[in-house]
Amino acid sequence: MRTPPGISPATFAAAVSQFEKVVGPQWVFTRDEDTRLYNDAYSPFLGEPEERWASAAVAPATVEEVQEIVRIANRHSVPIYAISTGRNLGYGGAAPAWSGCVVLDLKRMNRILEVNEENAYALVEPGVSYFDLYRYIQERKLKLWIDCPDPGWGSLVGNALDRGSGYTFPYLRNHFDAHCGMEVVLANGELLRTGMGALPNSRTWQQYKTGFGPWIDGLFSQSNMGVVTKMGFWLMPQPEAYFCGRVLVRRRDDLHELVRLITLLENSNISSGCPDSSSPLLGIGSIGAQARFLAVDEPLPADDPELAALRDKAEAGDPSGLEAYGRRKNLAYWTFDIKFYGPAKVVAAQWESAKEILSAIPEAWFEDQGEYRFPLTEEPRDHARYPEFGIPSLNNFSLGARSSTNPTPSHGHMWLAPIIPRTAEAIFEANRVFGEAARQFGIPQLRFNLPAWYWQRSAIFIFGFPVSENPAENRHHREVFFHLIDVAGKHGWAEYRTGPVFQDAVARQFSFNNHSLMRFQETLKDALDPNGILSPGRYGIWPKHLRKPR
Amino acid sequence: MHKPTTLRARVAWPLGLAVVFLAAARTTAFADDAQTIAWRRQAIAVSPDTPRGYVEYQNSCSVCHGPMPERPGTRALAAKYKGSLPAMLEDRTDMQPEFIRYIVRNGISVMPPFRKTEVTDAQLDAIVAYLTRPRR
Repeated sequence: MRTPPGISPATFAAAVSQFEKVVGPQWVFTRDEDTRLYNDAYSPFLGEPEERWASAAVAPATVEEVQEIVRIANRHSVPIYAISTGRNLGYGGAAPAWSGCVVLDLKRMNRILEVNEENAYALVEPGVSYFDLYRYIQERKLKLWIDCPDPGWGSLVGNALDRGSGYTFPYLRNHFDAHCGMEVVLANGELLRTGMGALPNSRTWQQYKTGFGPWIDGLFSQSNMGVVTKMGFWLMPQPEAYFCGRVLVRRRDDLHELVRLITLLENSNISSGCPDSSSPLLGIGSIGAQARFLAVDEPLPADDPELAALRDKAEAGDPSGLEAYGRRKNLAYWTFDIKFYGPAKVVAAQWESAKEILSAIPEAWFEDQGEYRFPLTEEPRDHARYPEFGIPSLNNFSLGARSSTNPTPSHGHMWLAPIIPRTAEAIFEANRVFGEAARQFGIPQLRFNLPAWYWQRSAIFIFGFPVSENPAENRHHREVFFHLIDVAGKHGWAEYRTGPVFQDAVARQFSFNNHSLMRFQETLKDALDPNGILSPGRYGIWPKHLRKPR
Repeated sequence: MHKPTTLRARVAWPLGLAVVFLAAARTTAFADDAQTIAWRRQAIAVSPDTPRGYVEYQNSCSVCHGPMPERPGTRALAAKYKGSLPAMLEDRTDMQPEFIRYIVRNGISVMPPFRKTEVTDAQLDAIVAYLTRPRR
């Protein structure tokens, strides 16, 4: 049995023994064969000494047990690291940010406490997965949808606290924004409820977010200020219809007006689903196409040397040849898929309105991508639509798993995902900057990248790096990853979330006024958790005794 | 991952992993499975006679190893065995209990290990019993 750094075997044994009294010995894990299950399966340090490890794990079933565990941890200064379902693979999994922590595994806290159909909200514990809530809703035939991330085994609470995203209405796609009310166990074991939950006899905990006075919910996301034990979420009423329309444009520079108008449509509530972009001429598939295991949305002539040469010229700044090629072959330079949810008549009118607005782009043309009515009468055969229909799945793991087109699968992946402005100018600049940075690092070229559009008022670049069983390869990818974090930071771009290995590096980018934001967080951390027992190092926030000079 | 021939392919996959894929040929035909669809839409229809391992399998495994080509586990095993063994784990008759336990607790490729708070030893025993059940 390994012990947390600085904790004697005797002290640790005493803490473990007390944990066992609280949850029962079967829910305290200290044997190596059990604790290694908490390693990050996609660790960027896979198999290396720096790979994060847990000294033990304890799995409470109730909030009272969580409170008692936190008190025991405080008495013995044993660090604990809270996880929900532990499935944010690519962002750290179930492993602690600081090796040696006892993982506080909340998977057994899996109660769905309330689902309100009339007002479309739910109250759940951290161990509730998207699959669990979906099953609950289907069993009761409730006319509600969940905004799901790609992997459905994640926790609603964990995903929201890590600020994950989904695919439906803008106000639901941002999962932290879609929450309403929290219950939190503080480091001293005290129980706190936020928003209207602080008002005894309130029946509006999941109906009004901010309560009275400072709204503190953000302190408990991407942080280590408390252990969230309940969280409310707004859900989506099942719509009558879904429609996807595509706009296609001819010229490279049309991207400026296209992004501006797509953003206008979203911010005006004319479109309502998550937009999705592609470039047939550059061979960049939309997210939807990738989820259908297609490289691109529209088939292109394979191995056309003319096309390859024209792409190179376009990337060097002269797109005229590629644009002419597109006209000849009737291929678009850029496309956007625009999604609508609502009554069928409204959706049809919104698409007509969107086409009118987008017709301001010369030569723009439009394609219907299909309408669906709900409830579905059969399983959607287009599995790219699963998350758009609020159906959790793990289908996107096929992108990394072995397949007929991918005979040598990776061991996992990690994501670099900087936020950039929602403009074509920023997209071109980010491609130039990341392309140059990659070349400096000995990588010939990053392909032109289109961002994802999960957030309503920004865009997000997403680069996937494989994790393999070859430490030299992983080391190289970590070096590139760290380098790109710095490069992005210098241009005012930073990751919306990242795994523990990279959290210090990203947090350092937010350095305005001599890191006043981090100094504020540290002030709060020291006040709320003076012994520094809660998730040390999570999102770059370290307790005083582990803090390094900036 | 798709065997990369250049660092460009290896290091950066814009917009996710899939740009290294070419259009995937769906070479295997899969029939819809009524039970799986029921799981998605109405939850599993469980009677007192339903084997516990079947229920546990549907809850913990079929989302990847269910009967549809886009399920990552089914897709991976179809590519691995190319018809020499069934891609669907529920159709396999060759798996030994220790093999199943090892894979669940150790993972393989992009499949991570499962913790005992996700699949308890008792649940794993039931899954093993279901997957190694006697067939006619």
